[in-house]
Amino acid sequence: MREILELLERDAALSHHTVATMVGLPVEEVDARIAEWERTGVIRRHRAVVDWARYEDGGHGVEPAGRTGARVTAFIDVSVSPARGVGFDDVAVRISRFDEVRDCYLVSGGHDLRCTVVGPDIRSISDFVSQKLSTIDRVRSTATHFVLATHKRDGDTFTEPEPDHRLPVMP
Amino acid sequence: MRPLNATISAIPPSGIRRFFDIAAEMDDVISLGVGEPDFVTPWRIREAGIYALEHGYTTYTGNAGLPRLRELICADLASRYDAHYDPGTECLITTGVSEGLDLAFRVLLNPGDEVIVPEPCYVAYQPCVAFAGGTPVGVPTRAEDGFVIDVDAVEAAVTPRTAAVLIGSPANPTGAVQPPEVLRALVELAERHDLYLLSDEIYDRLTYEGTHTCLGAVPGARERTVVLGGFSKAQAMTGWRVGWLAAPAPIAELCLRVHQYTMLCAPHVSQVAAVEALSNAEGDVAEMVADYDRRRRVFVKGLREIGLECPEPAGAFYAFPSIRTSGLDAETFAERLLREEAVAVVPGSVFGPSGEGHVRCSYATALPQLEQAVERIGNFLRRL
Repeated sequence: MREILELLERDAALSHHTVATMVGLPVEEVDARIAEWERTGVIRRHRAVVDWARYEDGGHGVEPAGRTGARVTAFIDVSVSPARGVGFDDVAVRISRFDEVRDCYLVSGGHDLRCTVVGPDIRSISDFVSQKLSTIDRVRSTATHFVLATHKRDGDTFTEPEPDHRLPVMP
Repeated sequence: MRPLNATISAIPPSGIRRFFDIAAEMDDVISLGVGEPDFVTPWRIREAGIYALEHGYTTYTGNAGLPRLRELICADLASRYDAHYDPGTECLITTGVSEGLDLAFRVLLNPGDEVIVPEPCYVAYQPCVAFAGGTPVGVPTRAEDGFVIDVDAVEAAVTPRTAAVLIGSPANPTGAVQPPEVLRALVELAERHDLYLLSDEIYDRLTYEGTHTCLGAVPGARERTVVLGGFSKAQAMTGWRVGWLAAPAPIAELCLRVHQYTMLCAPHVSQVAAVEALSNAEGDVAEMVADYDRRRRVFVKGLREIGLECPEPAGAFYAFPSIRTSGLDAETFAERLLREEAVAVVPGSVFGPSGEGHVRCSYATALPQLEQAVERIGNFLRRL
């Protein structure tokens, strides 16, 4: 029942009751399926999409921190020398273990790994890059891009919603 | 002063106007009174419109509309509904179904001809017949039948002056979808009495139970049927004013003759946007349709839980619950609900006499608002 997952992915706050009505299943079955997905890790967790810039009252450039004190986000491209048998995987796992690394992907193109890293300030991220990331064996180079403003994240547009121009009553 | 046109003067203003005025003065109104999507036109379509403006597509098009758009419409009708029209001679781009209705009646009717219109129906149907010099003849449909057309009742209303039957399916205001067997019976009736058929299919894509049947594809219908459709509902393009008319060549040719003198052409930018809508916006449409369906299920269930009987609306984006248990007539119910609970609905009586005892609620509204509207209507009913 993929539709249930799609609905929850968009709005995890939907009640099971509402989800059941939407997909035309008994609520007990929806309860059971969601519980099963939570148990087996299909649903990793339920979380809110926070516009931190709005919370910070007009601040800019605040990416999803999800970590106490995090204020700054950077995308870091990492070039890695692959090794026989493991390719890039061992290095990717090692980088992923740092708490400040929010995402880590193996990508095509000029670099090998693309990471999202958060920290309380620019200094903390530059320290992370120079002390931790660059010193990992087989990491050849890094390119750090600090986020200046978030316009859209994961399908959510972080701007004012478009006003409803409809007249209140129309045939 | 000389008297103004008698036919037009005799048509009362829309009954909706009064509610509009009340609602406009209130804050915090949840409007279920709107006959258009709450979605803004999908960005890829708007972007195509912007591109068209930037590149100077600000001229007239040919009277019949952009050839590419007509080709896409005819291909879509063929693949989706097995309805076959020649883009060159049997398809015309209009400024929405509204213009298509006007064109079709002007072409199909002679003075004094009657047009049978099952009701409750969209408010423009009967006035459009009258504007074209015809006489609309309403035939009731019933909630107990799910507002499915009673073909025997239609046949009983046929007179020697009857020229045509107009249907809308999926229907505004009831959300009813006419089943294929009813459409077949209507076509047989039209053949027996040599009548034209007009089919307003603007809500075709918004069919949630079963699949839509294009009247033009029903055996025997094609030569006597005008099919009207457009982009306002499924593609959320109401304000672009772009739709189409498909009919056999002799009818389409005369419709084009009226259109070329009265409208000249549909807006060029809107036609370019409509090309994008048919070429690349299928995913956006499917997502919106799925969303309407979910809201429909939640909303109809909510109405039933607060004690309103509601025929299953299989299409469009309206629920048409009965409010008879309230003891109020539709007009009073709608006005008090608006003033006391700030929920705007449209009294069913606006759509014809058999709409009395019902109100039209559009669920083209965000889910939290729909849930709140149900709560407010429930409060209102409990206080009565």
